[in-house]
Amino acid sequence: MSATAAFSWFARHELRLTWREWLAMITAGRRRRTRTAIIGLIVFGAIMHLPAWAVIGRYANLRSPLDKSSLIVLTATILLAWALMLSQAIESVTRVFYARADLDLIMSSPTKLAHIFSVRIASIALSVTAMALLLSAPFIDVLVFGGGARWLAAFGVVIAVGLSAAAIAIAITIALFRLIGPARTRLTAQILAAIIGAGFVIALQIAAILSYGTLSRFAVLTSDAAAAFAPDDSSILWWPARAALGDITALLCLLSASLALLGGVMAIFSPRFADTALSASAQAISSRQGARTANFRGGSRQQALRRKEFLLLRRDPWLASQTLMQLLYLVPPALFLWRSFSDHSTAIVLITPVIVMAAGQLAGGVAWLTISGEDAADLVATAPLSPSSVIRAKIEVVLISIAVVFAPLVAPLAFVEPLQAVVTTIGVAVAAASATAIQLWFRVQARRSQFRRRQTSSRIATFAEAFSSIGWAATAALALALPSGAVITGLMTLALVAATWKLSPKR
Amino acid sequence: MTSQQSALQVRGLTKRFDRLAVDALDLTVRAGEFYALVGPNGAGKTTTLRMVAGLLRPDAGSVAIFGTDALTEAVAAKQVMAWVSDEPMIYDKLTPLEYLEFVAGLWGIDPKTSQASAHELLVSLGLGAHLHERCEGFSKGMRQKVALAGALVHDPRLIILDEPLTGLDAVSARHVKGLLGERVRAGCTVIMTTHILEVAERMADRIGVIASGRLVAEGTLAELRQQNGHTDTSLEDLFIALVDVEAAAA
Repeated sequence: MSATAAFSWFARHELRLTWREWLAMITAGRRRRTRTAIIGLIVFGAIMHLPAWAVIGRYANLRSPLDKSSLIVLTATILLAWALMLSQAIESVTRVFYARADLDLIMSSPTKLAHIFSVRIASIALSVTAMALLLSAPFIDVLVFGGGARWLAAFGVVIAVGLSAAAIAIAITIALFRLIGPARTRLTAQILAAIIGAGFVIALQIAAILSYGTLSRFAVLTSDAAAAFAPDDSSILWWPARAALGDITALLCLLSASLALLGGVMAIFSPRFADTALSASAQAISSRQGARTANFRGGSRQQALRRKEFLLLRRDPWLASQTLMQLLYLVPPALFLWRSFSDHSTAIVLITPVIVMAAGQLAGGVAWLTISGEDAADLVATAPLSPSSVIRAKIEVVLISIAVVFAPLVAPLAFVEPLQAVVTTIGVAVAAASATAIQLWFRVQARRSQFRRRQTSSRIATFAEAFSSIGWAATAALALALPSGAVITGLMTLALVAATWKLSPKR
Repeated sequence: MTSQQSALQVRGLTKRFDRLAVDALDLTVRAGEFYALVGPNGAGKTTTLRMVAGLLRPDAGSVAIFGTDALTEAVAAKQVMAWVSDEPMIYDKLTPLEYLEFVAGLWGIDPKTSQASAHELLVSLGLGAHLHERCEGFSKGMRQKVALAGALVHDPRLIILDEPLTGLDAVSARHVKGLLGERVRAGCTVIMTTHILEVAERMADRIGVIASGRLVAEGTLAELRQQNGHTDTSLEDLFIALVDVEAAAA
């Protein structure tokens, strides 16, 4: 086989793998669901046009030349999309290094590794870009429908942004491998991805709180200070915004720059990709030193189970990054709380739904890890404990973990607004209990490493968990602002949880 | 023989999945004996043992562990029993010592006793240098040893092992066989499934041959030879003859 033929053959192989991985993710590995999943995706895409219309429809008539504030807002939005794609790409690259089972086969094959890994880098870039195109399509469609075909150029901007994000992600991940070694890269990359994904919005919110006393990030972007600080209209910084508005020259420049960046990364890093992948697989072989167990501890069987769960949660890289992300999202409201301490602003109410929502989401993840993600299921099932005491111990672990994470956030609130602290505590408890119950009803025994695919086991559980968190967050906010409204949303959320129980296979 | 005198008494055990996996199986294992359960792939060995260990609910039949009904008094039955599967299921993020501490805690063993026992077991299985390393980087053989140490740390009276020698090197396999032999000499009962007929031949007091979910032959090697009309044949030849007869009958 010639080099070109081998190249295209491997590209086809990579595309097929990527497609099947993606398909398995949306169908939970059940091929019979493919048709339903694709129809579901199309329906979901169609429905997404409605919120897209509500959010972005009014900007469809924007035309060049834009004023400074509009340029800043549009550029910041593109930058936000880029940060999110970068976060997703770092996660994808890390997964390729650690989880692909075909590295031994590839390394032992008589093919030029640099070529093969160039294809793999391109495949990562393609999947990140494809996902971005899919998610942005409803928004761009709305702009095209409302403002004309010139908005089609926005698809080109998304492609440029996706390719450059993938290129930077590969460079960052390989640099991390070189700097801190494969053992630490996995966790660090996950944390970095979380910070990059959330960091931009949070930074804007913090700036808005500190400067204008509001949680709205638009306050900073549309301020006179931002306009004064921004470069003049001819700056290269505005190319992405101009390209999105239909400036073909800017779009071509942007696409060329992104392709050049990706090509450069492929040329520089493809030969090193093999070494990096080898280091990652070698790390799986060499063991990490664990804690030195001092003395075996006594206590009840349930205590032993709880101790094990806490230890595993503490050592879980996903949980570390996820908790960090939740805490990052809580930084702006916490800062807002601190700023409002002196003037007792009513806007402080905003903190409650954010905390309640975060508690529900985190509880869902922790509940999956403890209840469904049992790596030694046979051991626990053959231990002399009744199944109910095992489940009870695991539920206790989830609720204690949530209490430990959120108590430091609710405690300061008790000094400022005691009633709000009580409502927030109840909201956190109810949201965490609902998410845990949903995980319990839909539990499917799995290995902890399958966490990324937990959503695919039950769509009902995934949506119910998300909507119950949103529902309890809204109920808590309304309980403080409009108590009669809280009764309605509370009953609606309760009905949602009850309906979820009714649909659950464990009932 | 009464159920009090036997470590395991199974009567009419039945399990059906898409097809009948275990067909009204009767099986008795005496206390203190090493019992090997052999049979072709899909014969129902693992399904039988998973039902005995409480990992699968039978469709019909009874299971008694040292006279305790394992279906109605599951917790009491599990207290004296240990299960090791062919696929070692341990926690990647725990060290072997932490894993054994957890197992001992689950069985409610005094920490002082279990700590000494855990250390001794892990060292005897050749894991002395890895006591404080997380299991995530262990080979399959090392993981199997950790799982085995976990099964032994609570000093069970009945050990059920499903293909425990899979993935072990010759030295490790010898270690494991030695350890199981010691346990049997100390009065423990071992039930083991294996495809390595030489192991069954050399280690087991009695051998049960299972095919199509039914026990088609049982006894010491000498008894099996006698039943089959050969006096000097190997277990492998006996096994093939028995399984062929069963296949022809089916």
